[in-house]
Amino acid sequence: MPKDVTDVICPFCGTLCDDLIVTVSDDNKTILGVKNACAIGAEKFNHQRLPGRVQRPRMRQADGSYKEITYDEAIDWTANLLVKSRKTLMYGWASTSCQAMSIGHEIAEKVGGIVDNCATVCHGSSLIAIEDVGVPSCTLGEVKNRADRVIFWGCNPAHAHPRHMSRYSIFPRGFFTVKGHKGRKIYCVDCRYTDTAKCADEFIQVQQGYDYELLNAFRTAVRGEALPDFVGGVPKEKIQAMADDLKSARFGIIFFGMGLTHTMGRNHNIDIAINLTRDMNDHTKFAIMAMRGHWNVTGSGQVLGWQYGFPYAVDLSRRDQARHQTGETTSVDLLNRNEVEACFYIATDPGAHFPVDAMISSSRKPTVTVDPHINCTTEISDIHIPVAMVGVEVGGCAYRMDNVPIETRKVVDPPEGMLTDEELLTKINTRVDELLAKGGA
Amino acid sequence: MEKKITLNMITCRTIQQGVGMEAGKTSQKYFDACTIMHMHPEDMKKLGVWKNTNVKVTSSVGSVIVKAVETREDLVPGLAHIPMGPWANRIVPAYTYSTGEPCFKGFPVDVEVAASARIMGAVEVLQDACGLIRK
Repeated sequence: MPKDVTDVICPFCGTLCDDLIVTVSDDNKTILGVKNACAIGAEKFNHQRLPGRVQRPRMRQADGSYKEITYDEAIDWTANLLVKSRKTLMYGWASTSCQAMSIGHEIAEKVGGIVDNCATVCHGSSLIAIEDVGVPSCTLGEVKNRADRVIFWGCNPAHAHPRHMSRYSIFPRGFFTVKGHKGRKIYCVDCRYTDTAKCADEFIQVQQGYDYELLNAFRTAVRGEALPDFVGGVPKEKIQAMADDLKSARFGIIFFGMGLTHTMGRNHNIDIAINLTRDMNDHTKFAIMAMRGHWNVTGSGQVLGWQYGFPYAVDLSRRDQARHQTGETTSVDLLNRNEVEACFYIATDPGAHFPVDAMISSSRKPTVTVDPHINCTTEISDIHIPVAMVGVEVGGCAYRMDNVPIETRKVVDPPEGMLTDEELLTKINTRVDELLAKGGA
Repeated sequence: MEKKITLNMITCRTIQQGVGMEAGKTSQKYFDACTIMHMHPEDMKKLGVWKNTNVKVTSSVGSVIVKAVETREDLVPGLAHIPMGPWANRIVPAYTYSTGEPCFKGFPVDVEVAASARIMGAVEVLQDACGLIRK
C-alpha cells in the first residue's frame, strides 16, 4: 500500500514550506504524488523518480564522452586535486544540509579553499549592506500574524517563491490579521507589471535601475521634505501618498529581491532600503527581509557566519585566517581574474547561472561537480559525482529566509549504493587527511 | 538591410523556468522556458519581428539566439527580459563593480531578426562558449 508522508519540508526556495504531503510507494523507493507543493516544489519531488538518473560518478574522457568510475576513484581523484591545488574555489552549498557544509568547510580549511555560496550572485549585495548598516528584520510568523502593510520591492514571489504569498505575506489570517488579505495593504514596486503586482493593491512602476532614487525619495517623503515632480518615473503625489499610508501602519514589512541586488547600485540599494525601514520605525513598527532564493542559502550564510564570521566568499587559502572581501574573494571575480587553480562545485549549477565569461574561465580548470542530476556544470566538469537529494532522499538542517532553522525530512530511499553529501564529504575529508599525512599528493 | 534595435535587458526567474530547472536542465520544459525573450509589442513592431520568431541578441560580451515572444508580464517599451539560464548568461556581462554580483539586470543589448538561426541546447550553449564542442 502506498503511504503518505506528512509535514514534509520542500527543498526548493527560501520559504521552506513545511506542510507537504508526499505519497511514496510500498518499498519506499518511488514518489507517487505530492500535495500542497507549488509547481516547482512538486516538480522537484517528481524529478526523483525520472528514469535515466546518473547513479555512479562519471569522468570525462579525452574525446568528451563520460566514463563511469567508482566512488572510491572519484573520491581519490577529488582529494588529490584539492590537496595539489593551492587555491580551490569551493562554490555552491545552497542546496545541501548545514551538516554537509560543516564537513566541506573542514576540508576547505585543510586544503586552503575559498568557500562561497549562491548568495554571491543573488543576495550577496544584501549581505554587504547588512554588514554595513545592520538589519531590522523579523520572522515570517510575525509577518503572518502582524503585518498590515506589505511591500514587495524588486521581487516576484508569484514566480520565485510561489507559496510565500499564501503562507505568510498576503492571504493568510493571523492572530492580529484576522481579516487576511482584506486587512492588509499590499504594495509592489517593480519595473514590470509582474504577476505579484497583479495581487497588489498598489503598483508603483519604477524605471529600471532607479530604485535607489525612489527609495531615497521615500525617505525624503517620510521626513516631510519636498520632492521633485517625478522620481524614477513615479509622480511625487504617489510617493507622498504611499509614504503617509505606510506611516499609519501597525506593522509594515518590506520584502526585496533581485530587482534591488542585481541592478546598478547593488548593495547601496539595499543599504537605503534598510535605512528607510529604520526611518519608518520612528513612526511605527517596520521590518525588512531578503527573499532568499535557494532553500538553504541562508543556512550556508549561517554556518559560514558562526564558523568564520562572514556569510559568503570566505577565503581560507591563508590557512591561519579567514578573509572576506567582495570583489576579491567572490566566485565570479575569482573566475574572471583566473585566480583559482581548481573548482569544486557542490549542490549548485554555476554553468547555468554564472555569466559565460566566468564559466569559460572555470572550464579551463580541473573541476569536480557534486550534484544529484546532470546539469550544465556537470557537462563541463572533469568529474561528476551524483549524490542523494537532500530534503528528498536524506534529511538535514536548513534555514528559512528569516533565519529559522528547520530540519528537512527524508521521504524516500536514495538509489542503491548512492552516497549522501555528508558521506561523500566525510570520505573526501578522510582521504585528504591521508594525503596530507603523507606530505601532499 | 537588417533592422537592429537596442533594448535594456533584464534577466529574472519565471515559474516556468523554475519548473523546467527542477525537471532537469536538459529537459524540453527547461529549454522552452528559458530560450525566450519577452518583448513589448511596440518593440516587436519597431524591429519588424513576428511573435515566436528567433532573434539574435548581442551584448558587450557575446550573442545568443532566442525566440522573441510577446510579454505577458507587462514590460515597458525599451525593456526586454530573458529568463535566467545558460542562454541569458551568454550575454550577461561578468563585471561585478567589486560587489561579486555580475550585471544580471540592466545592460544594453542589440536585437536583430534571425528567423532561420537555430537555438542551441542548454549544455550545448555552454559547451560551445567554453570551446568544448569538437567540430
